Amino acid sequence: MSYLAATELQEALALAGRGGVHFIAGGTDWFPAQAERPFAGDLLDISRIAGLRGLSRQEGHWRIGATTTWTDILRADLPPAFAGLKTAAREVGSVQIQNTGTVAGNICNASPAADGVPPLLALDARVELTAQDGRRVLPLGAFITGPRQTLRREGELVTAILVPDPASGARSSFVKLGARRYLVISICMVAVTAEVTGGLLRDPRIGVGAASPVAMRLPSLEARLEGMPPAEAAASLRAGDFDALSPIDDVRATAGYRREAVIELLRRALGEIGDG
Amino acid sequence: MDKRSDTLMTSFALNGAQVQLDAIPGQRLSQALRDGLGCRDVKVGCNAGDCGACTVLLDGDPVCACLVPAQQAAGRRVETLSGLVARDKDAQNLATAFQHHQAAQCGICTPGMMVSAVALLRAVPRPDESQVMDALGGVLCRCTGYRKIVTAVREAHAAAAMVPAGTGLGSPARRLDGAAKVDGSARFGDDVAPAGALVARAIRSPYPAASFVLGDVRAWQDAHPGVHCVLTAADVPGENAFGVIPGFIDQPVFAVSHVRFRGEAIACVVGEARAMARLDLESFPVEWTPQKTVATVAEALAPDAPQLFSDREGNVMCGGLVQCGDADGALGRAAHIVETQITTSFVEHAYIEPEAGFAEMVEGRLHVHACTQAPGMDREALAGILALDRGAIRVVPTAVGGGFGSKIDLSLQPFIALAAMRTGRPVRMTYDRGESLRSTTKRHPAEISLKLGATAEGRISGMTFDGDFNTGAYASWGPTVANRVPVHASGPYRIADYRARSRAVHTHCPPSGAFRGFGVPQSAIAQETAFDLMAEKLGLDPLEFRLRNALRDGVPTVCGQVFEQGVGIAACLDALRPAWEAAKAECATFNAGGHGRRLRGVGLASAWYGCGNTSLPNPSTIKAGVRRDGRIVLHQGAMDIGQGADTVIPQIFAAAIGLCVEDLVIAGADTDITPDAGKTSASRQTFVSGNAARLAGEALRGAILRQVNAGPAADIALEGGAVLVTEGARRERLEPSRLEPDAEGYVLRAEETYDPPVAPMDRNGQGAPYAQFGYAAQLAVVEVDVPLGLARPLRFVAAHDVGRAINPLLVEGQVEGGIAQGLGMALMEEYLPGRTENLHDYLIPTIGDVPPVETLILEVPDAHGPYGAKGLGEHVLIPTAPAIFNAIYHATGARVTHAPATPARLRAALKEAGHA
Repeated sequence: MSYLAATELQEALALAGRGGVHFIAGGTDWFPAQAERPFAGDLLDISRIAGLRGLSRQEGHWRIGATTTWTDILRADLPPAFAGLKTAAREVGSVQIQNTGTVAGNICNASPAADGVPPLLALDARVELTAQDGRRVLPLGAFITGPRQTLRREGELVTAILVPDPASGARSSFVKLGARRYLVISICMVAVTAEVTGGLLRDPRIGVGAASPVAMRLPSLEARLEGMPPAEAAASLRAGDFDALSPIDDVRATAGYRREAVIELLRRALGEIGDG
Repeated sequence: MDKRSDTLMTSFALNGAQVQLDAIPGQRLSQALRDGLGCRDVKVGCNAGDCGACTVLLDGDPVCACLVPAQQAAGRRVETLSGLVARDKDAQNLATAFQHHQAAQCGICTPGMMVSAVALLRAVPRPDESQVMDALGGVLCRCTGYRKIVTAVREAHAAAAMVPAGTGLGSPARRLDGAAKVDGSARFGDDVAPAGALVARAIRSPYPAASFVLGDVRAWQDAHPGVHCVLTAADVPGENAFGVIPGFIDQPVFAVSHVRFRGEAIACVVGEARAMARLDLESFPVEWTPQKTVATVAEALAPDAPQLFSDREGNVMCGGLVQCGDADGALGRAAHIVETQITTSFVEHAYIEPEAGFAEMVEGRLHVHACTQAPGMDREALAGILALDRGAIRVVPTAVGGGFGSKIDLSLQPFIALAAMRTGRPVRMTYDRGESLRSTTKRHPAEISLKLGATAEGRISGMTFDGDFNTGAYASWGPTVANRVPVHASGPYRIADYRARSRAVHTHCPPSGAFRGFGVPQSAIAQETAFDLMAEKLGLDPLEFRLRNALRDGVPTVCGQVFEQGVGIAACLDALRPAWEAAKAECATFNAGGHGRRLRGVGLASAWYGCGNTSLPNPSTIKAGVRRDGRIVLHQGAMDIGQGADTVIPQIFAAAIGLCVEDLVIAGADTDITPDAGKTSASRQTFVSGNAARLAGEALRGAILRQVNAGPAADIALEGGAVLVTEGARRERLEPSRLEPDAEGYVLRAEETYDPPVAPMDRNGQGAPYAQFGYAAQLAVVEVDVPLGLARPLRFVAAHDVGRAINPLLVEGQVEGGIAQGLGMALMEEYLPGRTENLHDYLIPTIGDVPPVETLILEVPDAHGPYGAKGLGEHVLIPTAPAIFNAIYHATGARVTHAPATPARLRAALKEAGHA
């Protein structure tokens, strides 16, 4: 039973390589999951690892370090394509949660209702995993495999989220639906990234959360909306466009409600894209 | 270099001073601050980041200390409320502004609110409303309705110009107990145990219905060093039962062989704090056999349903009936009929302070320090459980971080009492949030059928009401709900032909008990929404229809009770008329303006509520005395749970004796110090204890005046240890130091009791159940997002007849807080056992959900009230939910028949009403 506060990535990976350690960064998911149970394991605090926090522009992509908080996202100077992610950052929990909760933690926690996932899906984000024996990069859509399940292996640490350079004209939006104003788990949410060229949608990418076990993109709908004016795209939406979703009944809403709400949320998200 | 905390101390700057901490892995910063460093100003409400009470500044940024590993503080700056108020100008301004605007009620969320606000003010010295909401959105408050908090933060920059109001009767005085709430020094249930106290934790059922067999508890205990004892039913020396209504004392302290709800206690483990922290309660030796469960009234009433109690046939615990005239005949004659069915849900009190306290043996007597609404009842119930004389027990209430009805019942008191008696050591206990949600009482879910008739002229012609209330596994206050509902289900209207029946039905759910309004908020939804449907049928304005049928002085209630004075409902409705007309016009304009799929409506609802117990004795006693040093001590035992009794009762007493509240020394509440002022419930403290305070003040004044043979109109003042009496030109100086003190040190004393004049009801509910009612009417303007089924209240106007506003700012605080709870009940609050046992699945309104509230204070004096005052605490939320539902109907034509109107439910209702 120990608390390990790594300051260098290699130290953390060496400790993680021994197996059985719990990573902790912002703690905003770890503590609620641990609840009141006594903790008898090893806790590896990655929040002090040099170079793991912050956003940086690198060749061909933006790098969101693993311990970057939601507040860091909000305060960063980012291109318009990140507007949806910024909106999500503002909607995650509360200021308190945003100040410590990390983007990478949101992804690793793999809640179907994680607010960070739809906008990152719509940005074609990839996940960088690092272990003692090397590094691999997975598409976010592949990384999360189910509720509370990811492809992260024992000994691996998510070290960054990589977002390919958005097209210069790309915009994005994020619409969250909850039953109260703050501190609310989403009933569902929709994120859109697209360029609007000559009044027409180009390369629209749609991420939908809390309407399937894992937040997902809707590729066939994206293809159908390609080249349409945003308002026309919004008006054209029909239930069949969302057949890939599999919402459930839970304490927040019914599946049937979610199926309808997602359509409306996407209408509004497209409306925001259209309004620029 | 990695640092292993099991070998290194964590050191950091706490409120400007360097401190060291020896935290165990996985320990929360909140706990480390509280237990390790004595920062009891950091409050813990949920341990999950859901409530924000534990907010501290970490390097200047607000964080939930419950989500920060203690070791992450190393090398950083941590600031808590008490440190900020001591040194930070923004915090000091906030402290003044919070007091000035009464932004703190119970005070449990205040540290989180103020610390969050300090961070905001450092960045934005004069924030607007939305900036305040964004900054404070992570802190839940259950008392205030947030509006005064928003105002206080926005106005904090002007704190230097805030001049305290007077403290006389009718003045918006600051809370007399307010300073401790805004500087972090108020001590709540979890803040008072001595260092080294043992810790108690309960073993609870994971099943709603099960039989169980304990395993080898002794061996289990022996295998866990540091565990001192395990208490079970066999360890209860007296009656293994508690409850609040004679004849319904049915809830075991520890279940014996089977449990009736998920969360019911079967044992309590007591040990050293360190050992208890490491203990995995899952390993406790017990074998469960789950049994068939009934969760709803319908399931419980089914012919083959399992029976919770052998002597309560068909799972029906009790019922209530009020009838007058000939309801069926009048309905048969009515020109118009409206029928409605309403379903409501379990509602959780969700005070931010979970149940907490400690007990210890002191010179052979048991002392119990805990948060409670009813110290006298606690003592009496403990006496029965522990087989002790009441005199052997002292109950010392701590500050109470919200109650709203649930903290009238016992919770942890028997556990800590038994443990202290067994071990001879102080024993503390604090419920975790899940435990609090699972094991304490709820608002009754109701299934209501109502039929209302009216003549063509718009006079009510008959009403029938049938309500089944899910009373859960044990009685608690279920009988009171069953009694109160039929009396109140008419609303404040003249209904000559009336029949209202209620039943309290047992299920394997948490006990339903007292919650602000005792069933009346549920019945008001049915009745007040039916009234709007009837007004529509009649082509009458809903306000006119209500006024046409409103009770007046001299007009009998459905119980046949006639109040010759003090009936204030018409005054409330009249007062709302300008806002009502304006809101109707605004909504029409908005809806004609084409705002996409958003529609606005305005809804109205009335309420009345009888103050005090229903047809039962309900006394309060207040004592006061003059000490030899010339100070006047007021023994004030009416529990202040945030509503303001600690301010109102002294204001009344001071008025009666003819002094200022500043002249008084206030003692209590404490069963060794204060006479029993009854429970804080039933909107009775201002009325009943207020009257006792008035009588005591008058009596002590009389005693003083008699000493100097002065007449009743003489003035009294305190000066330099003497009492000065002035009567015209005559001045007398009474020197208490020259008088002989009694055993308590008083040279003059008064102790007075007030018990409201009520009379029993007969088998038809005819009688005089209450000495006074308070009245209210509220309107809500609501915007409905039609495609998503979202209802967003935009503003409320609330007219409340309080008889006499002893402290108008406290009145506003009650109204705003009650409206916030009513809003929650209407739109989001639904407790589902086993599913919403935390504060992120069980939702209460946040600061962004409560719109502006305009309070119109009406003063139709009541002959029985102290200086005309009426009770208010429960009236404030009764009309809110029906007003919201009526507004939704007005906006969209959608009828909400199932509360809460969650987005999914409202969307379904909108589709039913024809909205695509």
